Amino acid sequence: MPIDGSTVLEDAHRREWAAVLAATVRVTRDLDLAEECVQDAFEKALLTWGDAPPANPGAWLTTAARNRALDLRRREATLRTKLPLLVMDEQDPQGPFPDDRLRLLFTCCHPAIAPDAQVALALRLLCGLSTAEVARAFLVSEPTMAARITRAKKKIAHARIPYRVPATEDLPGRLDAVLAAIHLLFTTGHSAPVGDQLVRHDLVGRALDLTQMLRTLLPGPEVLGLEALIVLTDARRATRVDDDGRLLLLEHQDRARWDREQIERGRALVKAALTADPGRYALQAAIAAVHAEAPSYEETDWREIVGLYDLLARRWPSPVVRLNRAVAVGMVAGPQAGLDSLSALSEEPTLATYSYLAVARAHFLQELGRSAEARAAYEEALLLTENTVERRFLSERLSDLEAADEGYGNERGDPDHRPERGVPVGGAEEAAAEAHGPSDEQRTEDDPQAT
Amino acid sequence: MAQYLVLIYGDPTYEAGDDDTVMKGHMKFGEDHGAKIAGGHALQPVSTATSVRPDGAGFSVTDGPFLETKEALGGYYLIEAADLDEAISISKDIPMPVGGVEIRPVVVFD
Repeated sequence: MPIDGSTVLEDAHRREWAAVLAATVRVTRDLDLAEECVQDAFEKALLTWGDAPPANPGAWLTTAARNRALDLRRREATLRTKLPLLVMDEQDPQGPFPDDRLRLLFTCCHPAIAPDAQVALALRLLCGLSTAEVARAFLVSEPTMAARITRAKKKIAHARIPYRVPATEDLPGRLDAVLAAIHLLFTTGHSAPVGDQLVRHDLVGRALDLTQMLRTLLPGPEVLGLEALIVLTDARRATRVDDDGRLLLLEHQDRARWDREQIERGRALVKAALTADPGRYALQAAIAAVHAEAPSYEETDWREIVGLYDLLARRWPSPVVRLNRAVAVGMVAGPQAGLDSLSALSEEPTLATYSYLAVARAHFLQELGRSAEARAAYEEALLLTENTVERRFLSERLSDLEAADEGYGNERGDPDHRPERGVPVGGAEEAAAEAHGPSDEQRTEDDPQAT
Repeated sequence: MAQYLVLIYGDPTYEAGDDDTVMKGHMKFGEDHGAKIAGGHALQPVSTATSVRPDGAGFSVTDGPFLETKEALGGYYLIEAADLDEAISISKDIPMPVGGVEIRPVVVFD
């Protein structure tokens, strides 16, 4: 059977783009020019590979792209780029970080670049997505995304952001920025803030690709922690919406359909990530692992979850973490205790536009039979949600409540009445991994190393 | 090597000499990074600032800084650094009890 050259090429695009580009940047010292050369190399491959692709596609592409770059550099006088050359160390890449992909990743995720632009750059330069694809991922127009990427590239060149793995003393803080960018990519994919789909598997896959690449190049507990968090959260992907595309909460998901293999892989990663002084992703992954191991929602070890949120809140006291902790408290100590924990958060400015706070409040109010207040809270959440799937979920909760009220002819409802369909604890609980919305402010707020 | 203008933003009510530790901090910064400092000055308080903006026909001249912020521009250094990471690293040694600094690459005209 002949080998299909185009499949090999597609595969090489996904696997090798970052390495080929990173090696070419070393020759061009210009990101745009390097991209152009890599694009040319892939086009050349498309024309020449046919049924006989080379044994090592990555090496073939790298050679082709670098030759193209050298060729262009010889004609530098006519092709001189407008931007200053990238700052890089002249000697050959040796020492502890021989792989140029790591340099490219640290350059894209430099804290002097805005978080959303970091993610866009990473998708463009490390994952090889076209500007149109990156624009689609963020649901902005192509010109808007092109402008964002161009601006970031100009900043790299003009401010002289170096093409270098940071010095040892800066590494922890800079690694945090890289992980935060990948995490932002994952949360954008896992629970799309706007649009018709709840989950964007393509983005989740790219986030996982980047984490795995980072693990090979720079293994460490927080890298493992982030990978564990992505793997464990994504293990539930098949059950997060029903056949009609309706949102299903943790409580109502068919746990038999969770990806056991992925959960096992995630648990092993959590084990390796949980050091004596666990990091934020390791702790969030541990929470996801507790959910993954529970035979049912009711039998979840909620005390353990409260304990893990306590650890998380001690060092990273973000409002979203406190919100998730409050929800878990409600599961341990009852709806009134949950509501009390939430009330402390109502003044939090970063949560003012965060729909999960209103959703969690609505849930506890409903449990307490205070249905008029619960309805008001669902209505508030609806105003704050732009994702179609989530909006539909909230509208249905609201009409369930209205129907129940009419049925009982009682404004306060029957305190013993248990709603048939879901209560959105899962929504807020899942925000542990999601935290989109306030995530941008959070990452700078929470990051003590932010420079 | 590139030049970066490091703008120091801080408490607008602060006046040079108010706080001895800040003064000492700048002396130490000067000693530690003398070779990298191409220039720098402390500025008179923001209450002495005047802004000039074109207004179509001519210019409008107003009292006050160009941008109203909680912190005010209080001084600057012009530093030499190989790249942004070095500029950031040097800037961290500038005394900034409140506020912070803004780092701006200086344009080189060939």
